[in-house]
Amino acid sequence: MIQVNRSGEVWVFAEQEDGSLHDVALELCGKARQLADRLRVPMAAVLAGWQVRPLASRLIAHGADKVYLVENQRLAIYQTAPYAEVLIRLIEKYQPQILLYGATYLGRDLAPRVASAVRAGMTADCTDLDIADLTDPRSKQVHPKLLLQIRPAFGGNIIATIVNYDRWPQMATVREGVMAMWPPDSSRRGEIIEEHVPLDGLTEVVRIIERHQEPRKVNLKGARVIVAGGAGVGSKENFRLIHELASAIGGAVGASRAAVDNGYIGKEHQIGQTGTTVRPALYIAAGISGAVQHRAGMEESAKIIAINIDREAPIFSVAHYGIVGDLKKVIPMMIQALKERQGIKVGPPA
Amino acid sequence: MPYDCIVCVKQVPDTTNITGDAMKEDGTVNRAALPAIFNPEDLNALEAALEVKYRYGGTVTAISMGPPKAAEILRDCLYRGADRVILLTDRRAAASDTLATSYILSQAIRTIGQYDIVLCGRQAIDGDTAQVGPQLAEKLGLPQITYMERFWGIDGGWLRGRRNTGRGWEDVEAKLPVLVTVLGHANIPRPPSARRMMRFKHARAEAELRAEIAQEHPGISDSALEEELGRRKQKLAELGLLIDQWDLDKIGADLGRCGLAGSPTKVFRVQSIVLTKKGYTEIPPTPEGIRQLIHELVVDRTLG
Repeated sequence: MIQVNRSGEVWVFAEQEDGSLHDVALELCGKARQLADRLRVPMAAVLAGWQVRPLASRLIAHGADKVYLVENQRLAIYQTAPYAEVLIRLIEKYQPQILLYGATYLGRDLAPRVASAVRAGMTADCTDLDIADLTDPRSKQVHPKLLLQIRPAFGGNIIATIVNYDRWPQMATVREGVMAMWPPDSSRRGEIIEEHVPLDGLTEVVRIIERHQEPRKVNLKGARVIVAGGAGVGSKENFRLIHELASAIGGAVGASRAAVDNGYIGKEHQIGQTGTTVRPALYIAAGISGAVQHRAGMEESAKIIAINIDREAPIFSVAHYGIVGDLKKVIPMMIQALKERQGIKVGPPA
Repeated sequence: MPYDCIVCVKQVPDTTNITGDAMKEDGTVNRAALPAIFNPEDLNALEAALEVKYRYGGTVTAISMGPPKAAEILRDCLYRGADRVILLTDRRAAASDTLATSYILSQAIRTIGQYDIVLCGRQAIDGDTAQVGPQLAEKLGLPQITYMERFWGIDGGWLRGRRNTGRGWEDVEAKLPVLVTVLGHANIPRPPSARRMMRFKHARAEAELRAEIAQEHPGISDSALEEELGRRKQKLAELGLLIDQWDLDKIGADLGRCGLAGSPTKVFRVQSIVLTKKGYTEIPPTPEGIRQLIHELVVDRTLG
């Protein structure tokens, strides 16, 4: 068990696969850098794998002061036991005060296993992190500079703030895409520290027989996000905006019947009674007035954003968010806001 | 060759279908008004265990940690084909976080003793953490197969299954004994059997009998209650309908690792999300308004 220690570093588990870093690792570097500055301690990334040394410089460019590098052939393909062993040994050796993982399938397989072994707290799927001095409401004791682990719970109906008063490291998985990725600074200097964690003693109790990675493909039925355009888009040229927003947000392109009839896009993109019925997590309707036939095909979407110049358009009756305005101005603003979050064209926060 | 399975099941408030009745005046969720249900993915874990039993023989034991009311889902397990069910209930276990919960479950599983496969649903819908499975595997020193979406079979002491890896899958095999966490699309849980419902509908745990007696005889003395309880327990036990009820002493748990004391994570603050029932939020068509909207969508997990 690790006790509370104020000099411990802030760590990020640098998830990588087949020699490339997962985006979430770089997003976490940005957040961990901020937290480490607030705590006035170094920020380090733990990079485990086989022949992954070239990735260390990217972690440094994204904010790491140190990279703990563990290379071993048994780490070539992710497996729970050897990866957990690496983290357990390094945590015991260096006693970091914070350790963040991406809330990916891999992170959520690994992190709780490690937490159990070091008997530390573990908070899943955080959407925000902060540092604050807190008073334990039970003991009335003041705890300086704790990590606030903020996450939705109860099916997303509440937001809970979780803290670890007395047992560290403070560990959390963080949802992908929530923390902004800062642009890399290649002039940053950092230290690569090679670590040897013996893994030969681990018996092989899990074998991977076959792996399959699906190519990323988007279809209307399976899309989490759909950006759809209607007659209000005005022309085939303007319809490019719909494609650009869909691409920036990682969604599929949909259309109303009017947009298809006007020849802005093919019929396979049509949503509504005579097209495809969809229920994505987010549906953005741009320049779609919202005839009942269209609404029937999309009103079950979890979140609906309507963009229309006409305040009286029926689409607003099913919308959760309404933007009354010109889509030719609003869509570029949305693309810009998304790019800012992805760390393009913005500097690190002061 | 037969295999013995232990399935961990949880009763949870139904957070997936929050209707108007469960909304308070201020737009927040009234948790007490939500129906208590069998955690959906735990039904898939139970189904996977039953599949093992019907293919290879062996037993299925279901265990649930929770208040006495959790016996409801244990009866459901009996209706669907479980051979034995255990209610793990103790006030001292209240407020356990995932680390303490996995410790308590590990002690209960050690008390059961014999097993080849431990199964859990991937996650419970009240917390969505997916942590108890891997933590329990670590506590028991077992290999883990998380996110199992297909069960292929068991051969030569190795269990083979397909894990979902987010962007794809991997087929893995793990040496028994093993812990698996099961996804909702791994199988279609069989419905309760009418014959088994008739047979087990009067199965009760001690805590339920105690509450029933107190309700039937208001103001009953402690000694009379204990006497009546003893009589009913005896009768149910003879019929094979007494649900095992264990507390922390029975499983030899270190109390310092249970409940609030054994939980390193503490909930500091809870804020309810106010759901608007009607109308939409108007976003101004300005860069600041749009930026705020995108931020909100990321924070509430619509994006990302």
